[in-house]
Amino acid sequence: MTLLRMITTLMVVLGALLATPAHAQIADTELTPLVDALAPGNFKDREAAIGALVATGDPRVVPILQVLLEGELYFDEATGKVVFTSASSGKGTITDPVTAAELPEITEDGLEKVKVNNGLRRVLRTAIGQMTLLSEDPGVRLFAAQSILRDADPAQLELLDSAISAETDSSIRRVMEQARAAIVLKTPDAAIEDWQAAIPVVQAIGGRDALNTLTTALNTAPEDVKPLIQTAIDGLARDRAVWDVAQNIWFGISLGSVLLLAAIGLAITFGVMGVINMAHGEMVMLGAYTTFVVQEIIRQNYPGLFDWSLAIALPLAFLFTGLVGVAIERGIIRFLYGRPLETLLATWGLSLIIQQAVQRIFTANIREVGNPTWMSGSFELGGLAITWNRFYIVIFALMVFVALLLVLKYTAIGLHMRAVTQNRRMASAMGIRTPLVDALTFGLGSGIAGLAGVALSQIGNVSPNLGQGYIIDSFMVVVFGGVGNLWGTLVGALTLGIANKFIEPYAGAVLGKIIILVLIILFIQRRPRGLFALKGRSIEA
Amino acid sequence: MTVVNRAFAGLGLGVAMTMGAVAVPALAQDETIKVGVLHSLSGTMAISETTLKDTMLFLIDEQNKKGGLLGKQLEAVVVDPASDWPLFAEKARELIEVNGVAAVFGCWTSSSRKSVLPVFEELNSILFYPVQYEGEESQRNVFYTGAAPNQQAIPAVDYLMENEGVERWVLAGTDYVYPQTTNKILEQYLMDKGVAAEDIMINYTPFGHSDWQTIVSDIKTFGSTGKKTAVVSTINGDANVPFYKELANQGIKAEDIPVVAFSVGEEELAGFDTTPLVGHLAAWNYFQSVDVPENAAFIEAWQTFMGNPDKVTNDPMEATVIGFNLWVQAVEKAGTTDTDAVLDAIIGLETPNLTGGIAKMLPNHHLTKPVLIGEIQADGQFEVVSESELVPGDAWSDFLPESKMIEADWTAPISCGNYNTETKACGATAM
Repeated sequence: MTLLRMITTLMVVLGALLATPAHAQIADTELTPLVDALAPGNFKDREAAIGALVATGDPRVVPILQVLLEGELYFDEATGKVVFTSASSGKGTITDPVTAAELPEITEDGLEKVKVNNGLRRVLRTAIGQMTLLSEDPGVRLFAAQSILRDADPAQLELLDSAISAETDSSIRRVMEQARAAIVLKTPDAAIEDWQAAIPVVQAIGGRDALNTLTTALNTAPEDVKPLIQTAIDGLARDRAVWDVAQNIWFGISLGSVLLLAAIGLAITFGVMGVINMAHGEMVMLGAYTTFVVQEIIRQNYPGLFDWSLAIALPLAFLFTGLVGVAIERGIIRFLYGRPLETLLATWGLSLIIQQAVQRIFTANIREVGNPTWMSGSFELGGLAITWNRFYIVIFALMVFVALLLVLKYTAIGLHMRAVTQNRRMASAMGIRTPLVDALTFGLGSGIAGLAGVALSQIGNVSPNLGQGYIIDSFMVVVFGGVGNLWGTLVGALTLGIANKFIEPYAGAVLGKIIILVLIILFIQRRPRGLFALKGRSIEA
Repeated sequence: MTVVNRAFAGLGLGVAMTMGAVAVPALAQDETIKVGVLHSLSGTMAISETTLKDTMLFLIDEQNKKGGLLGKQLEAVVVDPASDWPLFAEKARELIEVNGVAAVFGCWTSSSRKSVLPVFEELNSILFYPVQYEGEESQRNVFYTGAAPNQQAIPAVDYLMENEGVERWVLAGTDYVYPQTTNKILEQYLMDKGVAAEDIMINYTPFGHSDWQTIVSDIKTFGSTGKKTAVVSTINGDANVPFYKELANQGIKAEDIPVVAFSVGEEELAGFDTTPLVGHLAAWNYFQSVDVPENAAFIEAWQTFMGNPDKVTNDPMEATVIGFNLWVQAVEKAGTTDTDAVLDAIIGLETPNLTGGIAKMLPNHHLTKPVLIGEIQADGQFEVVSESELVPGDAWSDFLPESKMIEADWTAPISCGNYNTETKACGATAM
């Protein structure tokens, strides 16, 4: 293996040297057998074949390698000829990768994929990187420089030097210089001055990658520069430690926002109305399935609207789960006011019915709810890595919270809700139609659970059991925060989220959860009414 | 509770009877051979187990079309143990005592299997268990048609060491018996191979864990020491989707830190977009993408039966198929469905598996299986990157000091599941 690697590397270097001065094309008859050599044998043979291709320095090799990297390169089983399929050639026909001529005698049925695995993908990325380092297109050059930085293969030093001297774009040159520095740190016999120059460049990359490179270099470095490297590592590690705390807080806020979303609907039905609604989780689940249905319809009919699917799903989920909530209140719960045990059992039974119904309709399989492109991936904020989906969910949770607060405070229905919960008989005497208000309040709580479902479908999975995972946590948040107080729910959710994330690294996820539960039990012992107890003359007091 | 259960069982029975009736309108036999199907149709495991119930109905339907077994029609008795481990034992007892089934096909989690073991022993019936498991067990009445650790976990680790040059390992799993035992075996195996203790990180999470931020970020940190790192995942059930989503979002690529999973198959991948996951691995004994005629025929018949051309197949389904075919053969050979006769007859029987090889029932109640390593593709299928010869399943791991001298052999003269080769006696206990 090492021998092969060395040979490959050697070929890569040779290829680079050949490729650098001129984009030399070799004869089709020479190139074709080299391309066909990609098909037979195992991954090691393929790695050697790639090396041989790179060694030609022929510009036609790059698209072939790119297609191979995407796993779209095929070969004809009968003849062993490597071809571009209709999809990869972009012409709708099977073509020869070297001459681009059409090959009518080969059919799609006889084609077999040229297999790539992780190891080969790495080799390919490096190969493409070095073949395109001198490309005209700055985007391609930047990408090539980044892939060389990732591998930091000492064999590419000379190629990189010539690329740096030719580079005009300062940002690309910076990446190239970083790559060069990383390579120097991998070459123990480089001059001391080179080491001294390389260390601050690598340190400036920052983050884990730099730490990684420096730690590895520490073992092979010449004695003279070791203290310098150690200082750089210490500096980076100090930064890292600070950022790790910030990262933990962010994870906590993110977890807290998920808890908040799941609990905020319950804060209305349980906190404000006093109904122990075990089917709350199922409302979240129905919201998530609404998202799924909306996405399915969009996928089949209007694929262009996919990035808007969540915006379309939100009002629909709110309306749908809200209506289900009203139906539950009118159909079941209104007969059970003041009988908490029966309410608990009835809503628990209801939750099982809803789960099984959903399972009948959508089967028990996990359903795919896609992330719109603007919710995929992550971005860096200093040393923080923040994933977009979590970021938007935090924002969304806060928006829902504020909106709910405003509804309760400044609208007529909000006023009625507060009046009814504070003193039902008095409110009724003042002319408020309490049954209607009850139904609307329950509908509002359920609708918000539906909104939570839309958001949670973006981070978890959508299956009939989705709600069960959140019901315990939701009750925990509401009880901890203080029943009947929205601010309590907010503070409770964030506190639990952050506490959880600070305990988890030390105690592990399983023990962490137990510790949190124990802490909550102790806390409730001390303060039975939660963080923000309602003061004043409540009806049950 | 019991009333509800009875109602469910009745419902299952009703469904099964109707199916039988549809299959053979003309024969109208009063005597059938009953086959128990013990898979959760509700609760957390329904996601995985419902498909196996359908597989059983499919197999029984096919067998009845071929004329049934011993001249009788087969009849499925479906019960729902609802992902509730103690309920599995109750339902198993009901299947055997009340319905008088000839054999039971069922269970998924090791917890459910452990729960039914005493029932099968006491009532002397047969269980076919179709899921990969942690080993360290061989029971007279149970046939393990899924992979033992030496048919899945160990070869997967070997592949990563040889082909990816992995030196640092994260063993991540759900907190229950299968991941814990598997990780214990793997840890010992890695240590034997010279991996230092600080290069192994073991992490457990609860069932259905959904917040993977910290763990994925820890894996990232653990993997940034310059040594090639891989994650060996025994994460089970629906916790996988958020785990892979978090991996993708935090930008962990398979080329940097590959994840090899033992519980993620085609069925689980159907739940999300796999484009960011291309290159992560899974180790199984079957993949839907295996291109052999047996498999193509099976997939087509299955999709027709389900009326859904997108329905995927997976490894535990293949294990169910093999188990069922071996049972049918054994009953035919024995000429009866009597438990003791079938137990004797089945050892040494062979049936083609769906990947072009032969599954042979070994004296330790495990099978010979090929080990396949597959990389996840953008279409949710696996591309096989490594395929081994047929590996005989080893019930007791050779890598744990406390179980390496134990063998299982259910043929005379040993006839026990825990024979200690050093003391030459049965009854050894490990773990």
